[in-house]
Amino acid sequence: MSKNKKLKDFEEQIRQCVKCGVCQAHCPAYRLSRREGDVARGKVALAASLLDGGVGLEERLEQNIGMCLLCGSCVNTCPNKVATPEIVAAIRREITDNKGLSLIGKSVSAVTGSRTLMRAVTKGGAVFSPLVLKKVPESSGLRLRFPLPQMEKRTLPKLPLRNLFERVPEFTAGDRDKPVVGFFAGCSITYVYPDVGVAMVNILNQLGYSVHVPRTQKCCGIPALSSGAGTAVEELAENNIAAFGRYDESAVITACASCYGGIGQYYATMEQADNTLSDKVVDFSVFLEKNGVVDMLRTMTPWPKRPRVTYHDPCHLKNHGITAAPRALLRALPNADFVEMEGASLCCGLGGTFSVSHYDASKAIGAAKIEGLRDSGARKVATACPGCIIGLQDSINHAGLEVEAVHILELLAEALTAADRE
Amino acid sequence: MIDRQTVSRLEEIVGAANVSVADSDRITHSYDATKEQFLPDVVVYAENTEQVRKIARLADTKRIPILPRGAGSGFTGGTLPVHGGIVLVLTRMNTIRAIDSDNLIAVVEPGVITADLQKEVEKLGLFYPPDPASKDFSTLGGNVAECAGGPRCVKYGVTKDFVLGLEVVTASGEIIRTGGQTLKNVVGYDLTKLFVGSEGTLGIVTEITLKLLPKPEAKKTMLVQFETIDGAAGAVSEIIRSRIVPTTLEFLDAATIGCIRDISPIPLPPACRALLIIEVDGDPLLLEKQAQQILSVVQPLGVVDVRIAETPEESEKIWQVRRNVSPSLRKINPDKFNEDIVVPRSKVPDMIRALEKIAAQYQVPIVNFGHAGDGNIHVNVMVDMRQEGMAATVEEVMGKIFTAAVGLNGSLSGEHGIGTSKARFLGMELDTATISYMRAVKKAFDPHNILNPGKIFFEAETKPASVIEYEQEQEA
Repeated sequence: MSKNKKLKDFEEQIRQCVKCGVCQAHCPAYRLSRREGDVARGKVALAASLLDGGVGLEERLEQNIGMCLLCGSCVNTCPNKVATPEIVAAIRREITDNKGLSLIGKSVSAVTGSRTLMRAVTKGGAVFSPLVLKKVPESSGLRLRFPLPQMEKRTLPKLPLRNLFERVPEFTAGDRDKPVVGFFAGCSITYVYPDVGVAMVNILNQLGYSVHVPRTQKCCGIPALSSGAGTAVEELAENNIAAFGRYDESAVITACASCYGGIGQYYATMEQADNTLSDKVVDFSVFLEKNGVVDMLRTMTPWPKRPRVTYHDPCHLKNHGITAAPRALLRALPNADFVEMEGASLCCGLGGTFSVSHYDASKAIGAAKIEGLRDSGARKVATACPGCIIGLQDSINHAGLEVEAVHILELLAEALTAADRE
Repeated sequence: MIDRQTVSRLEEIVGAANVSVADSDRITHSYDATKEQFLPDVVVYAENTEQVRKIARLADTKRIPILPRGAGSGFTGGTLPVHGGIVLVLTRMNTIRAIDSDNLIAVVEPGVITADLQKEVEKLGLFYPPDPASKDFSTLGGNVAECAGGPRCVKYGVTKDFVLGLEVVTASGEIIRTGGQTLKNVVGYDLTKLFVGSEGTLGIVTEITLKLLPKPEAKKTMLVQFETIDGAAGAVSEIIRSRIVPTTLEFLDAATIGCIRDISPIPLPPACRALLIIEVDGDPLLLEKQAQQILSVVQPLGVVDVRIAETPEESEKIWQVRRNVSPSLRKINPDKFNEDIVVPRSKVPDMIRALEKIAAQYQVPIVNFGHAGDGNIHVNVMVDMRQEGMAATVEEVMGKIFTAAVGLNGSLSGEHGIGTSKARFLGMELDTATISYMRAVKKAFDPHNILNPGKIFFEAETKPASVIEYEQEQEA
């Protein structure tokens, strides 16, 4: 039984903050507002004050605690590794316990907790908005918009007709001498980018692995965590831990950085944590590199006309030290001319529900990526997180750039398909 | 204490969204890197000089303290509102107004982050050398207020050597301009130098004109391990005697090396009791020659190992050794008291020995590293404040350290400033007549003592306030 920690469980962590201010250089919210209440150090000071009764859950505190994308950049660079995102999530849960869930929190918790509802909502076009959305095709008919006044002009991907579970079997057999691996697809890949999921299953299968994509898997819980829906997180964690294990999977692969942060990292921080799932979680790029895919790609003849491609670091990979494997894959791809861009590691601004609750700030954070992207001359920006694809493509569309945001697996699938044809 | 009318007036000046008396805002603007906390009465975000001028005039009339604040990353309490008042945040005044490649100058607002300016000027082949460890988040306004230094100062000098001119809002709300855009300028008193390092006690800097240099073509990084601290210190003297001034000459003492030995990306054998990170910059052809010359002069001084970086990655690895230090210190004890004494270069070994003696006498670990090239030693007294009587021990240890530094013709602070944390030791270094002159200057600039009161000059103990006390006072 994995339980969320309470704010007071972080007392020792909070004491570890030496108030040096290093987090200011890395916090996307602070870089935008330049206000101390928005940076990790400010939030940790507020947490300390909440604990000793110096401050209550006042409006400004809620605003400050709301201005966090839970990206973890502050932890990564903190000399004492103070877990600010977990502290922020704990305060959000206290706010929820006191005042009930916000509208966003309520919807997230209802939607992510239920697969049927998730499917229904996706079909209605609202996977990232907790609010009920309708399909509003733009003149091109290729984009969806959120019908929210503050989010007018937000561009979203067109939703597919069939979700991942309708396109891949629950179990795909591989070589006998190779173990079974699990694939945790997550909401975005299942309902918005099933092509990425199909590519993942195919590649794993081509490597000889049997692949288990349990139908009982649900949302990783990150959106619920971010909106303070503590009970939902606990239920999702329990559900997902139970969803795997039937085939004694040697690894559980994620192709979504946020899911990696959720099932691979957050679950392990919970009280009485059950680590059976977390211990097995591997990001796809790391798994593929270990399985010789980079070397295999290098043997392919580079395409004569291949687009220039750059890479965006998803926060939830970068902050767990995964920066080399995705780049190694991109460098080796025959269908990509890889270049680095300035600001590759800056946050895309999406931050799960942050982009719904703070769309203007989210957009401004995402806009900081544009200059580097433009200067790189890339025609595609590849990444390893579907959330980032949505965030990046929205920023690109607003800037009027001719760049496509794609998942590394889409490029990989393209290369392998072409190789098969030869 | 601040009245409703003053808050309304502040809201008229900067807009209601930029003024807050909310508890949470007062808490998030109550501290700096000293970890001390004092609550301000009101937090104000200013966005231009005119707003700052009006705020100063209001505060002077009402006799309310003003605390100019940048990143709040100072180590000596420079932005702590020890007497409450207005915390005036300048982080949003962060425009680089001009970078002039013909005249090698930059004009910036005080909230510009040091590294952001460096990045911009380097795109144009120019260079702003001062590089405090906090450069990725510290503001240039804060750098000017504290006269920040950094590793590169051995060769290039500190912040004051790069400030050509300032726009300053005075305590009475006037706007004055010091210096200008030229390297040469002898008209009237040099008020620029007076403001640099004045810790926000004489005026509020609203614009800074900085000198730039052409960016050095290349650099070369070396790591030399020594058997003794005397070997390392001797190496510093020998290098400079051979007429090479490296960009940086950083040292780590035995205690520091002990903290990072397990995690160092470069092996540090037990025989290594001191190490130097040496960087030279300039013409790539010359660098090769300088590196060889440095090696030949340090070789006879008990060298354990030498490493010269041939690639940027190898150079990065060497600097990683240095960066490992700060996060590792807390392995010894949870609380760190970080001082930045400075002694003449040649006295570094004497100072280290004095520190070792103090550490043994008081049974507290003291870890030392820093800028050997300019004698600026970062002394870290590592303790656990939960131990009974530790506060008093630390106080005594600090006194001993400062006495030793001053005894070697050194100084209490090379780059962090005095603020509140070292005010009580000021008399160790400056005689009464000198302090009186400084006080007279303060009085002339700020007759009502509204600009960052309680800093530099020691006054009766100020106690941290809590929100609860504040509310009670308000009711009363």
